[in-house]
Amino acid sequence: MSVLDSKTPEGPIEKKWDNHKNNIRLVNPANKRNIDIIVVGTGLAGGSAASSLAEMGYNVKTFCYQDSPRRAHSIAAQGGINAAKDYQGDGDSNYRLFYDTAKGGDYRAREANIYRLAQVSGSIIDQCVAQGVPFAREYGGLLDNRSFGGVLVSRTFYAKGQTGQQLLLGAYGAMNRQINRGKIQSYTRHEMMDLVIVDGKARGIIARDLVTGKLERHSAHAVVIASGGYGNVYFLSTNAMGSNVMAAWRAHRRGAFFANPCFVQIHPTCIPVSGDYQSKLTLMSESLRNDGRIWVPKHKEDVEKIRNGSLKPNDLKEEDRDYYLERRYPAFGNLVPRDVASRAAKERCDAGYGVNKTGQAVFLDFASAIERYGKEKAYSEGHHNPSKEEVTRLGKEVIKAKYGNLFEMYEQITDDNPYETPMQIFPAVHYSMGGLWVDYNLQTTVPGCYAIGEANFSDHGANRLGASALMQGLADGYFVLPYTIGDYLADEIRTGPIPSDTKEFDEAEKAVREKLESLLNNNGQNSVDYYHKKLGKIMWDKVGMARNEQGLKQALQEIEELQADFKKNVRVVGKFEAKNSELEKAGRLVDYFELAKLMARDALERDESCGCHFREEHQSEDGEAKRNDEEFKYVSAWEFKGSDQDAKLHKEELEFHSIELATRSYK
Amino acid sequence: MKLFLKIWRQENAQAKGQMVDYTIDGIDPNMSFLEMLDVLNEQLVAENKEPIEFDHDCREGICGTCSLQINGQPHGPDRLTTTCQLHMRKFKDGDTIYIEPFRAKAFPVVKDLVIDRSSFERIQQAGGYVSVNTSGNTIDANTIPVDKESADTAFDSAACIGCGACVAACKNASAALFVGAKISQFANLPQGQVEATQRAINMVNQMDAEGFGSCTNTGACEIECPKGIKLTNIATMNREYIKATTKG
Amino acid sequence: MGRYLNTTVAKKFAMGLSGLFLVSFLLMHVTVNFVSTVSPSVYNSLSEFMGYNFVVQLLLQPILVIGVVFHFVMGMVLEVNNRKARPIGYEKFDKSSNTTWMSRNMIITGIVILLFLGLHMYDFFFPELAYKFGNGYDAAQVPDFYTGLVAKFQDPIRVGIYVLSFVFLMLHLLHGFYGSFQSIGWGDRNSRALKGFAKWFSILVPLLFIYIALFHYFGSL
Repeated sequence: MSVLDSKTPEGPIEKKWDNHKNNIRLVNPANKRNIDIIVVGTGLAGGSAASSLAEMGYNVKTFCYQDSPRRAHSIAAQGGINAAKDYQGDGDSNYRLFYDTAKGGDYRAREANIYRLAQVSGSIIDQCVAQGVPFAREYGGLLDNRSFGGVLVSRTFYAKGQTGQQLLLGAYGAMNRQINRGKIQSYTRHEMMDLVIVDGKARGIIARDLVTGKLERHSAHAVVIASGGYGNVYFLSTNAMGSNVMAAWRAHRRGAFFANPCFVQIHPTCIPVSGDYQSKLTLMSESLRNDGRIWVPKHKEDVEKIRNGSLKPNDLKEEDRDYYLERRYPAFGNLVPRDVASRAAKERCDAGYGVNKTGQAVFLDFASAIERYGKEKAYSEGHHNPSKEEVTRLGKEVIKAKYGNLFEMYEQITDDNPYETPMQIFPAVHYSMGGLWVDYNLQTTVPGCYAIGEANFSDHGANRLGASALMQGLADGYFVLPYTIGDYLADEIRTGPIPSDTKEFDEAEKAVREKLESLLNNNGQNSVDYYHKKLGKIMWDKVGMARNEQGLKQALQEIEELQADFKKNVRVVGKFEAKNSELEKAGRLVDYFELAKLMARDALERDESCGCHFREEHQSEDGEAKRNDEEFKYVSAWEFKGSDQDAKLHKEELEFHSIELATRSYK
Repeated sequence: MKLFLKIWRQENAQAKGQMVDYTIDGIDPNMSFLEMLDVLNEQLVAENKEPIEFDHDCREGICGTCSLQINGQPHGPDRLTTTCQLHMRKFKDGDTIYIEPFRAKAFPVVKDLVIDRSSFERIQQAGGYVSVNTSGNTIDANTIPVDKESADTAFDSAACIGCGACVAACKNASAALFVGAKISQFANLPQGQVEATQRAINMVNQMDAEGFGSCTNTGACEIECPKGIKLTNIATMNREYIKATTKG
Repeated sequence: MGRYLNTTVAKKFAMGLSGLFLVSFLLMHVTVNFVSTVSPSVYNSLSEFMGYNFVVQLLLQPILVIGVVFHFVMGMVLEVNNRKARPIGYEKFDKSSNTTWMSRNMIITGIVILLFLGLHMYDFFFPELAYKFGNGYDAAQVPDFYTGLVAKFQDPIRVGIYVLSFVFLMLHLLHGFYGSFQSIGWGDRNSRALKGFAKWFSILVPLLFIYIALFHYFGSL
């Protein structure tokens, strides 16, 4: 048997979670008062877990690098949150949500976990409404739903385009209530620098107070990692500037296996890079693809003219345009899934048809939608022979009503008016499906160390469906971890307070101090961002949307060289014991180098195409992904073996009893 | 573009700060304001000088981390815009730009342009929530209908990102808009009614304890709020508070 | 009282209420004054009623004085508190980009109005004290209010001061009248109509006062 025990309960899939809850051990309320839990990260997963654990009576300490728990990057989620409530009476059910999620992830996640996610999804909505989260409602006063990509029912609950914000503020409120009661101690502007292991169990963390720069020791009976994803390894992503992998990576170095690191979602509709100074990318909602047509010019000479401004995109004749998604995927056209749309854009730009100065953009054109809507509206208003101007005016009105705020945001950033000229878009790194390996209890391979939300390898397999990230974060934090952690803590009721003056804490703190001091004393000549940008470029080019063996091997070598150069030549100015954002960035980059290599190795190892992971060697004649269930129907879980080169691969075979494996096709 | 910057530098909370002049060249009008500061910081690192500390995170206008008083206005000259979404094309070649931290007694400077907004945290902790425990057995979400208008009004209040621009813009450094938005959100929802009295009293008391000024209805907060939170939220807070004191 | 005025919100509520009370007094005052431009005899009898009525003199008048004093003292208390809320100011603070001059300078317009009230008391209130409260009502002693009024408006400098003071009153009201509703928690209801009413009231009432002063000045030339 593998060293990986998923602890999946017995029984039929719909009974597993209830059976499990009935059988796991609990901690009685009096004993909970004697148990301390550390939660690292205060987004949807961390915030909901911290408040729920504190409500139950545990003593909780939360840590976030932001100046408030409310600023965690969950706040930026736009579209909504899925739940199998079936309020619309369109035949939704737990099974259907489970099925869509498993299939959307290309069958690379654990069946029992996904089913549990679907089961608790309804309770999330109940909980959030009770907290006063202002979801959108219909005129009758009941909750409204919208539909999202990849599914056949309307199950997405939303609060305008700010669903993540509203859900996070709900969890933040729940946290605040516990802070006010004294059950949560909130450490803001604090970063977890290392995990402390005592006798094989997670017993605390070393944190750095980002204001004073001082290192602190915090002990506990369990540590929950809820620090989000690692998209920033690519430098440019839709993640927040501070999002980082340090907490998860340090846990990995202390023994927690890292699963499916190469599964990173790349979102097709983001605003393109405009120059070298670019610090981050902004997402434009996927919904735009409902009405926008994606194209590039057919001929290279037109590409040149558009790039140098001598030809306006609107003036290019229809027959000289290449609507490549409609050409390649006549059935789904512009509405193919995220991974397919992203790869197709990359293919055209790589071939030299990118339409902006950097050659990394395609057009998303609303002209035909404006005309179509304009004609419809004119007709419905009784003008059967409208002028061209009238059609355009009416069409713009319709588009404005549907996408007005997105168009404004686009114009604010690019200074182009998308009503008049096509938008430019390009794919960008968005979400990491990979993360710390966890069992059914969400415990990592380190006893007492748990991982929830985007930080774990999650329920999304090789690709995440829209509106499922919020669902998973809150499911883990509100409804799964608070129960399952008791099973472990039941053994800790007699442990008593964990001392933090032991040699394990000494050693961990010393290592952190040395790491930071060596960065500060390096006296090189290049800034941290100089290296981060280079690392991002390697990752984007070779471990990005499309991968192949040769590229991945090159990437491994290039990362190695860059890492060596970084160690020798990085310059980190400022002081240790002070607010020092350069030192913060440098510390994070150290871990990104190591993670980057593991991602490349994992991508190399997974010699198939599935979901977001597209190996060019494994595609059909017309460029579609070919999955290999015979050999790769497993979760790859990497064990750290002392240095970042020697990570050892373990495989958790995935079994599917309640769903049949099928191939996705969008032709 | 070439720009002349006057930036507040302050070693730490205890130190005395001052405005320092910087000149920066080669700025692309398509840069965001914070990317312009990134460029300046890269320049400072190259000169072996300490870069300027400023708060920022999501850089897409929703997390509320970025601040900055730019040419005397919070988040700069654009309306309904956070500093991270402000772009350099709003400035002209040769402009002088003043960059200062948000100023208030309740927002002490941490370093350079970074401020401590934990006063906002403590106000929220005093009552910015509905006391409901996590449970898979709360009532079904559709049990209590909420009319659309109230739900939308509650949402508009809840859209506050807690950046502190209202305080920075106000001549009295009043936090009334921030507190009003939270109180209004719950005042417009049935879930918020049970604790309305204690919430209004506790949050207002905490607001005063933090040393914010009072509202004199100048309306600067509403104009400078990047999320368009309306002044009516303050009236709602006042009413809720008066209701609460006459009850409690 | 302290218990009820312990927060800034409560203090502002009291400011708003006292402000609205003073506005209602202004309305009464301008009505009586306006009568003087139409009918001196009616004006005289109204003034006599006001001057000798027990309720007006011993109940309403003290309330008015308390209202003015309270409004002023509370305004100063809040102003001091507000100044403390930003101990380190901005190098550059572009206040005019987001607020009106009136809203920022209530303390200045308020102080000018207070000074004017001093002059006003000197002109009308103090001289009347002797016969009002001296020996009780004596019909023979009742002065001709109208003549007294006209006499006060003969000095162009005094008329100038009056006119200027009412301009300040207008500025004070233009921000303060509607602000009072906001402070007592009415601003989120029906605000457009209320705003319009407050604005026109704030412009018209001071203009009427000015008109009355000029009427008597020019009428006697």
